[in-house]
Order: sequence, then structure tokens, then C-alpha cells
Amino acid sequence: MFPAPFTYSRASSVQDALAKLQENPDAKILAGGHSLIPAMKLRLAMPGALIDLRDIPELRGIEVGDDTVTIRAMVTYNEIRDNAEVSAVLPILGEAIGVIGDQQVREHGTLAGALAHNDPAADLTAVVLALGGSVHAVGPNGERDISLDEFFVDLWTTALEPEEIITHVTLNRHDGASMAYRKFAHPASGYAVVGVASVVDLEGGNVASARVAVTGASNTATRLTAIEEALADKALDEATVADAVANATDGISINGDEFASESYRAHLVQVLARRALLGTQV
Amino acid sequence: MTVNGQERTGEVEPRTLLVHFLRDNLGLTGTHVGCDTSQCGACVVTVGGKTTKSCTMFAVQADGAEVQTIEGLAQDGAYHPVQEGFWEKHGLQCGYCTPGMIMSSVALLKRNPNPTEEEIRHELEGNICRCTGYENIVRSVQYAAEKMREGAAS
Repeated sequence: MFPAPFTYSRASSVQDALAKLQENPDAKILAGGHSLIPAMKLRLAMPGALIDLRDIPELRGIEVGDDTVTIRAMVTYNEIRDNAEVSAVLPILGEAIGVIGDQQVREHGTLAGALAHNDPAADLTAVVLALGGSVHAVGPNGERDISLDEFFVDLWTTALEPEEIITHVTLNRHDGASMAYRKFAHPASGYAVVGVASVVDLEGGNVASARVAVTGASNTATRLTAIEEALADKALDEATVADAVANATDGISINGDEFASESYRAHLVQVLARRALLGTQV
Repeated sequence: MTVNGQERTGEVEPRTLLVHFLRDNLGLTGTHVGCDTSQCGACVVTVGGKTTKSCTMFAVQADGAEVQTIEGLAQDGAYHPVQEGFWEKHGLQCGYCTPGMIMSSVALLKRNPNPTEEEIRHELEGNICRCTGYENIVRSVQYAAEKMREGAAS
């Protein structure tokens, strides 16, 4: 199986990658390649050029700061999962990475690549929305921060401009928070039929702030604000959570397809939101 | 690139997949093509130490890298413990998925030398056996894990 022909080059720096991207309006950026290459083989994607970021040292590395965790663009899923400092402060990342794809995808795939691709059934889109933070992009007009709340726009569409490249993703720390990701995986593909991520900051036993996000259910990952509002200032217990998830999909457009109907997906959102919030498996 | 410890070179189009370079240019046909859509894992090799579906990487991406295929696993005529496990526990039927299964099993034991049965099944999710011989594949990996732990202890 061969993709359509393309030219291949490796960028030596972010500036070099930007220059190459401007020379080739038909080019795509190549990071882990585990979404892009399968799409190219099926000729769903036919870029005229690939610009590989693998040789750019400044896109490697993770920094755990006092308030945030910064993950650079070429850091792979396994590098995040194996980082003890990240596991200590943001355990939800390792938890969700453990259920992404297969071990080859986890070895090559990158967080930044997954966010730029914005597959409607990706796992980490919901997780980063629940954590909050920003995507740092650089383009011909300079650098900018895009809030994660504004980053995911629609099916495979983000707020990134065509000539922009993600350099790193900054995620907020939530020390002492209750956080979990629960997913109902498609039995063949492993993608999320529905996945829900929750991050709940507690103060004196009550909910100080809750961020809950869903993937797989709609065109793009989105926050479940009805749940977040229903939990405010309450104790995070079984009865409160049951009430909060009852109207989980209010104001959200749920998709149905041959794998799962709209009403089944809406049901899964409630079930998985409850499990994520209570930290239970069933 | 370096393949199984030997320097190998070739000229290919950018769109040539690593698996085709290994098979067609280098004649290393132990790496199989199964589904061609990144699902079955028959083409698993390691690139720079990372477990890799060689149908999901272009040969040019591996330019300059160290690649190991099933042919490079046995050392000095002695099978790798995972190969031995597949022999002893009848981990193969038709054998088509076996090179990829073995390469993925080696990678999983590197990450986790003492996996539970559930962990073995989870980590091998990217490898499909059309004979559905999973029971003996899991036993083969368990055999290899024990053997490697004994080797490490002695």
C-alpha cells in the first residue's frame, strides 16, 4: 500500500520547519506519524511534502513547574507516561495514555500531534481540556498561546493556522485534586466510543472547581459544563454525582453512527462521567 | 541505517514504507506484511530501540537509525528466550503473525519484566493472530519472562 508521492525533508530547527512550511503550502508536519501515515496510505491525506520534526532538539523535553507542566512537541506518549514527576502531579495523563492505541502507537505518538490532529475519538483531547492550559504555537507572525478551551474547533479542526507549528503544550497542575479518565473503547479499533476525563479540585471536602470533558461523543472534545456547574460547592459523593450527571449532555450535540446510536452515546457519557468523578471502575 | 548490526544502504522513494525497504531492498522477509493498515502487527521491528510497526513508518524516517528485525534476535546461534518460549509453548500455528508477536513480546518484557496475564494481553493488543492462538502466545511470553528473570538473577 503506497501513499501518493511526496517529498521528504527533516527540519533542523523550528525556524527551519517554518521556512520549509512556507515554501510548500501543500506540506504537512510529521511528528509521530501514527495518525498521518495511516491516513496517507488510505489516500485520505495526500500532502505534497512532509517536514519531519524528529531532529529538532528544542522540541524534546518535559518541565514540571510549580503551577504547570510543559510538554514539548516531540515528546512521545511513553515518555510522558514514564516520567515520574509527571505521574506524581498529573496521574491522569499516564492513566489515559495506557489505554491509547497499542504499544507501538504509545511509543511513537505525541501529545502535540494528537492535539493538532484533533481526532473526534482521541483520548487526550478530553484529558487536556479537563486539566486546562494552553497550546503554544509559532508561525510566520510570531508566537502565540492558544487557550485549550478555544483550541478544539470541529472535526479534525483546531484553532491552529495552516502555517503554524505547535512547539509545546502547557497543562495546569491540580495538586491534591481528584482526577480520572474513563473510556468505553471500540472493541476493534480501541478508539473511544465515549471517554470522559474529570479533574476536581476539592477544598474542605467540597468541590472548589470541577472540569469535566468528553471525547468520542461529538464532533470534537468538549467540556460538560452542566456537570461542572451542578457539582460546584457540593461534596463529591455518590448522590451529588448521580444528580450532576443526569443532565450531562444538556446543550451538547451528540453524534450517532453504525457503532453507537446517539442515545447510546448519551447514556455512555452519563455512566463514564459518574465513574470518572467517583474514581470507580464500574 | 544499521540493520541487525550491519550497515545497510539503499535508494528509495520517500513514500517507501520501512517494511518494503526491509523486505524488497534488503531481502529480510522475516518481517511480514499482514493488514497494511497499522492494525495487525505482523511487521513489528524496533527502530532506535522503539517497538515499531514498519508499515507505519517511511524508510526515510529510519535513515541513520538502528533497526532490529526478527532475523537479528537470535545471538550466536542461540534463540532469544521469547523465541524459545514460542517453540516450547507452541505459540504459533500458521506462523504468519509470529515475527511481529515475538518482536512485540520482546518490547513488552523490556518495559515490564514481570507482567500479569492481563498485562500481556493488553500490551499485545496491536498484534492479531488469525489462528486465534492467543492462549499459547500468552504462555510463551510467560515462559520467556520467567526464563529472562532467572537469567537476570543468576
